[in-house]
Amino acid sequence: MPVPGQETLAHGGNTSCVEVLRDDETALVLDAGTGIRALGLDLARRGTRRIHLFLTHLHLDHLEGLRFFAPLWDARVTLEIWGPRSQVFGLRERILRSFSPPLFPLDFRDVPARVSFHDLPAEPWRAEGISLFADLVLHPGPTLGFRLESGSSSVAYIPDHEPVLAGIEGRSRDWISGGAIADGADVLLHDAQYLEEEYDAKIGWGHSSVDAAVAYCRAVGAARLVLFHHEPDRSDAALESLHDRACALTGTDLPPPLLAREGMSIELG
Amino acid sequence: MQSQRQKQLVLILAREFVSNLSTPALIADASGCLVFYNEAAEAVLGKRFPEVGEVPLDDWLTEFAPRTTTGEPLPREQRPTHIALADRRASHLRYLVTSADGVERGIHVTSFPLFAHMDEFVGVVALFWRD
Repeated sequence: MPVPGQETLAHGGNTSCVEVLRDDETALVLDAGTGIRALGLDLARRGTRRIHLFLTHLHLDHLEGLRFFAPLWDARVTLEIWGPRSQVFGLRERILRSFSPPLFPLDFRDVPARVSFHDLPAEPWRAEGISLFADLVLHPGPTLGFRLESGSSSVAYIPDHEPVLAGIEGRSRDWISGGAIADGADVLLHDAQYLEEEYDAKIGWGHSSVDAAVAYCRAVGAARLVLFHHEPDRSDAALESLHDRACALTGTDLPPPLLAREGMSIELG
Repeated sequence: MQSQRQKQLVLILAREFVSNLSTPALIADASGCLVFYNEAAEAVLGKRFPEVGEVPLDDWLTEFAPRTTTGEPLPREQRPTHIALADRRASHLRYLVTSADGVERGIHVTSFPLFAHMDEFVGVVALFWRD
């Protein structure tokens, strides 16, 4: 859930949303947490008219910003929404549950943008100069991780993930949840919600401890870990402590992990 | 683009499940390739899984000379694992095998298909018990 306030001024209190910026007029957006509201205003300012939104899953913290995404309310915009297949209901039907009364005053039929819905994973998705590959990862309900490649650069995005449940250490990468997505990635944005001492009470909730995130980064051979999906109750100061813990675990053989914060920009080669 | 896929998530979860069972169990993927068996199965089969590796399940099972309870060769179409793989339905059978130690044993095998989605068959699990 979003946690704006004095305690989160440095790292931000919005929920998951990442833009992949390219030299192109099409925007690629990962997840529609509350961070997408500000992004939407920025895309409107930039005049972006074509947007691909990739949803890892439909838990509210990854979807609740969509209704306040400015491009959705612009008839000139084409928005393609990609998300995980479900056992029963289609992506459109599941998203629209949160997009109608009594949860929201307007109905999706009132949306002026041209919106279409697509199931993932399928074959790798490609657009000019970039490829996106999705696969299911370990988290309650159908949940995807994404890998994006451009040229020789790669970034893996697995914001909600509890790979330790199926094993990390001593496993070949093809037997690790999300192993193909994160395999050797230049940058890995990964769930690091808990401290190890908190994790015992949260086993099965679908998230990782910082220790597990570092172990996962090592196991998949990712170059740089970005600690992502912060625990809502964690203040800026507490996040810095978590970051210190991650740096201590990483040691000197890997670049120190980065602590995700609102507005952070990471340039890939 | 990343070409090597990870094992399907259902298989990863199945492996973790059978790894924690004391009942001998094996897993094959949708192509019929044996991808894992647990420590309890190693005790029955006489070999650790890494020594066997990923091999076609039907061919590998033939090494154990499966026979009916009357001693006739057991056609592969009647093996529970084959039925689960080919017909994608659960199956159970008691039959005879010759273990790695050369001893003839009666075993019960229950095999069932794994579907990630209703139209997405990803493999089979087989559980087996000695008499």
